[in-house]
Amino acid sequence: MDASSSFVLEARDLEQRINGPSGPLDILRGISLAVQAGETVAILGASGSGKSTLLGLLAGLDAPSAGEVRLLGQTISELDEDGRAALRAGRVGFVFQSFQLLSALTAMENTLLPLELNPGHAGETQDTLNRWAAQALERVGLSERAAHYPHQLSGGEQQRVAIARAIVDHPSVLFADEPTGNLDGKTGHRIIELLFGLARHPAGDGPATALVLVTHDPELAEQCDRVISIQDGVLA
Amino acid sequence: MSNAGNRGRSPLRALLRGTWREWRSAELRVLAAALVVAVAAVAAVGFFTDRVDRGMAQQATALLGGDLAVVSDNPQPEDWPAQAAASGLETARTASLPSVVFSLDDESRLAALRAVEAGWPLKGEARIRPGREAEEQARDRGPEPGTVWLEPTLLEALRLDVGDRVEVGDLDLEITGIITHEPDRGSNLLDIAPRLMLAFDDLEASGLIGPGSRVRYEFFAAGPGAEVEAFRAWLEGQLEAGQRLLGLEDANPELRTAIERAERFLGLASLMAVLLAGAAIAVAAHHFAQRRADPAAVMRALGASGRQVLLTYFGRVVLVALLASGIGLAIGFAAQFVLAALLGDWLAGDLPPPGWRPVIAGLGVGMITAVGFALPALLRIGQVSPLRVLRRDLGLPPTSVWLSGALALLAFGGLLYWQAADPQLAAWVLLGTAVAIAVLAVLGMALVLALRPLRNRGGMALRFGLANLSRRGGLSAVQLVAFSVGILALLLLAIVRVDLLEAWDASIPEDAPNQFFINIQPGQEEAFADRVEASGLERPQLDPMIRGRLIEINDERVNPEDFDDDRDRRLVDREFNLSYAQTPPEHNRIVDGHWFGEAGQDPDTGWSVEAGLMERFDLGLGDSLTFRVGGQAVRSPITSVREVNWDSFQVNFFVIGPPALLDEQPRTFITAMHVPEEQRSAQNQWLREFPAVSAIDVSAILAQVRDVMDQATRAVEYVFLFTLIAGLTVLYAAVQATRDVRRREAALLRTLGARREHIRNGLLAEFGALGLLAGLLAAVIATAVGALLAWQVFGFDYSVNPMTFVYGIGGGTLGIALAGWLGTRRVLDQAPLAVLRGPE
Repeated sequence: MDASSSFVLEARDLEQRINGPSGPLDILRGISLAVQAGETVAILGASGSGKSTLLGLLAGLDAPSAGEVRLLGQTISELDEDGRAALRAGRVGFVFQSFQLLSALTAMENTLLPLELNPGHAGETQDTLNRWAAQALERVGLSERAAHYPHQLSGGEQQRVAIARAIVDHPSVLFADEPTGNLDGKTGHRIIELLFGLARHPAGDGPATALVLVTHDPELAEQCDRVISIQDGVLA
Repeated sequence: MSNAGNRGRSPLRALLRGTWREWRSAELRVLAAALVVAVAAVAAVGFFTDRVDRGMAQQATALLGGDLAVVSDNPQPEDWPAQAAASGLETARTASLPSVVFSLDDESRLAALRAVEAGWPLKGEARIRPGREAEEQARDRGPEPGTVWLEPTLLEALRLDVGDRVEVGDLDLEITGIITHEPDRGSNLLDIAPRLMLAFDDLEASGLIGPGSRVRYEFFAAGPGAEVEAFRAWLEGQLEAGQRLLGLEDANPELRTAIERAERFLGLASLMAVLLAGAAIAVAAHHFAQRRADPAAVMRALGASGRQVLLTYFGRVVLVALLASGIGLAIGFAAQFVLAALLGDWLAGDLPPPGWRPVIAGLGVGMITAVGFALPALLRIGQVSPLRVLRRDLGLPPTSVWLSGALALLAFGGLLYWQAADPQLAAWVLLGTAVAIAVLAVLGMALVLALRPLRNRGGMALRFGLANLSRRGGLSAVQLVAFSVGILALLLLAIVRVDLLEAWDASIPEDAPNQFFINIQPGQEEAFADRVEASGLERPQLDPMIRGRLIEINDERVNPEDFDDDRDRRLVDREFNLSYAQTPPEHNRIVDGHWFGEAGQDPDTGWSVEAGLMERFDLGLGDSLTFRVGGQAVRSPITSVREVNWDSFQVNFFVIGPPALLDEQPRTFITAMHVPEEQRSAQNQWLREFPAVSAIDVSAILAQVRDVMDQATRAVEYVFLFTLIAGLTVLYAAVQATRDVRRREAALLRTLGARREHIRNGLLAEFGALGLLAGLLAAVIATAVGALLAWQVFGFDYSVNPMTFVYGIGGGTLGIALAGWLGTRRVLDQAPLAVLRGPE
């Protein structure tokens, strides 16, 4: 991380433009924001406001039309696709509305993925990685389901595997895109508790994880340290 | 304007517009590609065989040499030409026999001599070149007395040119032409030696014809239809045993049978491509139906009936199938030129262009394949619930495995029956294919499962690749079977065939005879043996050979027509080579009964018969056989059964009698010996001293047989190339069917920090493992087939060739990994966000 800054994430004058059938269309305009280490931030907006696009740009999943994103001290527009992937590996976690588990892999294997993709763990044995993944599953209460495939799990269980996968490598930033959107109210509530708990109190003595949560639900947003509202592509 | 409105709403326009839109979808393009391959394979073979059939029909009179012909081993009666002339017919006689001919520089070659009367050819025309560089000229008669025509290969072999002289028996004849076309030559396949043509009267003067020489006499007649029929009726009353009357339908029956078999085999081989294409079509149709679930549900929600929805999509698939079949036909038409070039040497003359039959057959195959393999999946679109517009979890009803299996079986079985034209053969091939596929599928699934433990060892890429393989178990098994079949076909042709030939070569001892000497005249045998011994070779053992026709078994007349099997019929229709001997031949083993004079057997009567012949004619010890030898019936019981090793290259006989039974009969002598290369010129010397003796070079014959096999194999390989391409369309279909999932998974892995190489390695691991398993399976089966053939058919041990595994596994792994990678590499180019936000 850049020593001169305690921000894990900074965006400056972000713009995203796409070419639609009736000419260019601005999805995002002039977005600037910053997120500190360990901070929880909600990006709140209605459907179509551009909040998920913003999350994608912040996480380096796409390149902005203009402006700059610095993630963990690196300007991501200076990196190619592989460079951005390498930056994310092991340091950025994700939780999606539609879970996005790999259906060919078991809960355990899904949880192992970030550990295996992180070149920092190249020296670790497979047993060590397996142990860490098992611990993550234990923290989300799914030790018993480690060998299950996604289609053998309920929606709530699948999202818990996704959370285990997101926190297994103690990321500096965790992006969550409508994490309760596909769950019933009660399950959704439990998932949010879990997510906040794990972000604020990581295992061992590690630093807290910054959580960037995209939602249309003001009640959920209120639980974060800070709420950033977005409307028609600009910060309100 | 109501007219314009109606035009816009016509069902045909709607179908065309809908199909045009669908055409952009990958699933229909896969379906079309598979059909193109299937129809191209069938059409290539169809166009080619149609041309051959037409050529055969057109050339039948020319091939037969007249409107009717009589063939026999003895000269036809002298009065036949006069009788025919009285009926207003033209006639010609020819006589053919193998003989060694010499150049004045002592080069010698075995030639297929054919002596022709002045009237030859009655039908068609001969074409020769009167000099190496001269233009081809048509001739309506054979060579003048005192002159000969040679085929180019013979001319080359003897190092002669037009104008040089050649020794034929006692005669010294001038070469005046190079034969480029002999109308009734028939097949090069069966006449292995090259042609030398001479005048009919010159043959008699050559001294080559003696008792027991292998001469085939032909008598041809041609003229107006009614007169030919009247003469035929007269001739039928004149025929004796051994004389065969041939009409146009009999023109070259051996060639016709050989070609029909080859056509049938190529046709069946092309259906393997159809079967694999069918698998690709089934996968593509399944995927097509799945992707149409949403629009179909909307149509139903808006009031369309299930039937309307089904017909809409079915119509589009049928239209695409028609288009693809058309493209396949065009490719097949172009491809048949290659087949004609590969097999052209077998066929006399130029082939006429094909007719319309293959076009209709090709379109039929295309439609049957499309409907047979795609319909079960398409039926599901009509059954989609309109409620799906509200609840996306309501998928299509599952495809009925039974319906899919039954329709595919019906379609493939129907095509097999059409191609084999024989219900029994079709049923066997269908059963064999079904069993083979079931075995391959079970083995394939087992192998996929066996990979599971590896998932925990090789890191993420390998785990991801293998996990994909096992999760898509059914689809993986389909691909595995398809690739195995393709690789198996190539391994069998490229490696196992060569191994078998080499093993067979190796099973022949170094000093096995390489020359047969036939036609050694009685009284000359001692002189011949002395001459051979004098040139430093071992004194040969000469066996007597007596020609006899089997006329009765247990005093019942033997009629060739009574035998169902072609080979049996030909065997009894020809004269047998009989022999007599005091002691059993060295290379034979008595397996039943006793040799003449042993264990109380009468030393002067009895037959010793080869075991295979006993079985073929269902004979037993004590059964009596009567042969007509030189106009005399010789009857005796069977007293012993011999096992003969036909691969020994020794002289062998089906039937041997005691000397007392046969030594008064007209006979010649035969021997086989090993003549080293350096003794060949000495051999030419003795042959000159014994002009009636013919040498048959076994190694040259083997080389010829190998040439013919190579040609045939190349043609089959060519047809199996379509099978391999069809196998690749299965891969293409499978890749397309999993494209959306792969894109999403690749995007997710990139989100979690995977580099391109991680994902690429995962894909390579998946396809490489698939190719490895397919190659392994194919190599194991190819080795088993090779061992089975060696053991059952050729009777020797087959040693496993590691190259079968190297090529099978190596080629399979690299080839499939590369093809799979090429088909999926675009998943790496997707920006993760766009994919993750899209519909699942």
